[in-house]
Amino acid sequence: MPKHLEKKHLLAIRWFHWINFPVLGLMIWSGILIYWANAVYGIRLFDHEYFHFFPSWFYEELGIPYRLAEGISMHFFFMWFFAINGLLYVAYTIFSGEWRALLPVPGSFKRALQVTLHDLHLRKQLPPQGKYNDAQRIAYTVVLLMGAGSIITGFAIYKPTQLYWLTAILGGYEWARWEHFWLMIGFVVFFAVHIVQVVLAGWSNFRSMITGCEIVDVPETGEAKI
Amino acid sequence: MSENGKKENPEILLDNVREIKEKNTSEENTAALLHENRRLSEPLSDDEAKRRMRSLSRRGFLIGGAAAVFGYLSYGWLKQPADFWIYNQAFRYGLLDQPDNHWIFEDALKANEDLSQLYYSPKHLAPEFPKSRISMARVNGWEGINDNFDPTTWMLQVRGVANQNSYPQYRGNINYGGISALASGAERKSLSGLLLTLDDIKRLPRVEMTTELKCIEGWSIIVNWVGARFSDLVAAFPPQFTRYVGIVTPDEGYYVGWDMPSILHPQTLLAYEMNGSPLAMEHGAPLRLVSTVKYGIKQIKRIGRIEFTNTRPPDFWAEQGYDWYSGH
Repeated sequence: MPKHLEKKHLLAIRWFHWINFPVLGLMIWSGILIYWANAVYGIRLFDHEYFHFFPSWFYEELGIPYRLAEGISMHFFFMWFFAINGLLYVAYTIFSGEWRALLPVPGSFKRALQVTLHDLHLRKQLPPQGKYNDAQRIAYTVVLLMGAGSIITGFAIYKPTQLYWLTAILGGYEWARWEHFWLMIGFVVFFAVHIVQVVLAGWSNFRSMITGCEIVDVPETGEAKI
Repeated sequence: MSENGKKENPEILLDNVREIKEKNTSEENTAALLHENRRLSEPLSDDEAKRRMRSLSRRGFLIGGAAAVFGYLSYGWLKQPADFWIYNQAFRYGLLDQPDNHWIFEDALKANEDLSQLYYSPKHLAPEFPKSRISMARVNGWEGINDNFDPTTWMLQVRGVANQNSYPQYRGNINYGGISALASGAERKSLSGLLLTLDDIKRLPRVEMTTELKCIEGWSIIVNWVGARFSDLVAAFPPQFTRYVGIVTPDEGYYVGWDMPSILHPQTLLAYEMNGSPLAMEHGAPLRLVSTVKYGIKQIKRIGRIEFTNTRPPDFWAEQGYDWYSGH
């Protein structure tokens, strides 16, 4: 069977992805330097706190305490890179037509559930898919919305009086900060799942995010079945 | 536009979606649904495919590696280099000077300030709350208010007012021995210029607001304030210099700098009552600044001197690396 090189990821998209990785990392890191100064959130149910963000060993091990000013100046510097890179990514996805591979389509939620069951070894077959399976479509769309949410809630915390209308829509200053925090936790969860999936998907898949290409088999006759 | 160059009009796309849906699409190929394209090379032999892939990998990993090294070194150049071995070595051997807070971060804060002032308007107001939502008050620092101080002899010195000697409150360039307010404690200073009493401030229109006080640490509390708008003070004593205002405590232990637009915001008050009582000592008696347009670090307690100026005044926390503007 002949081989083909398949271009999986366009050059610009690879740059956006790999720039976003350290920039989002720095936004989370500087955000935690800020959060330390008023670390009030936890997982609570019926007046009992099951987990507090964050335990003191976490701050001590990572050398976080008393770096509020540093965190603020980093956060308000790297935010530009995060926002501009994200906006360019969205614009490019629309312009290049890549959005077709990314957005959920009719039936995506059902198939995403099937993919999840398959990945958890509860189902044998994978549903049909395009470049991305439907769980990926949903995850990549949601993480994009989370990025937008982080920017919007960030604005509401940053200029709560000048953007009083935005802060009000988000439920007020205190809620905006809470939302901003949980979006960050969402990114961390996404990152953890993403890493596991990338490891499971193997080297060829990972390499395609750097080179853009993957070697694939395609039947010589007939329409390419994806 | 898709890769194959065909323009798809959204209506046709929707038709496709409907058509496939009708065919009970759950087993259909989702890539086909939205005309997802594949970008395939011409058919290649095994060896040729591997050869091309090797060449692409070499190129990709070299460029990626170079970008990663560049990013790492740039970050090291920006940050306190404690975590960066290579920079530590460079400082050790005197090849580089050790930076404090990198100028880029300070420039970025200034650029953010200039940008946000474009959207600034005194008509943008923070929400007010019912008095029932007043929070427990907090005291978060004693800079500038921890010495012996007698509020009964206090007077407010105002500098930089136009034609200051035309006001009855103007005390010429004399050693005003009767007033020891600014020199509470052992050190006595001569007070001169425009000296206001608390009654002078209270004669300005009385304003009440119940608003969130936001600390730069991230917490906020709801407080009821009574005082005079700073803008009313400015109207009563028009300043000679109109770009900035510097405010210091009587002992000069705490000092803040404000840009004029923020201090003229209608929710920036010279407050003398808090939560229904005269201002307590720990909250800045007899007069403090409160505002919804800057963090608590800018809302100086126990004001001794207000100075209108055209040069950016020093600011206690800005000197510790915080944003001078700290504007909301």
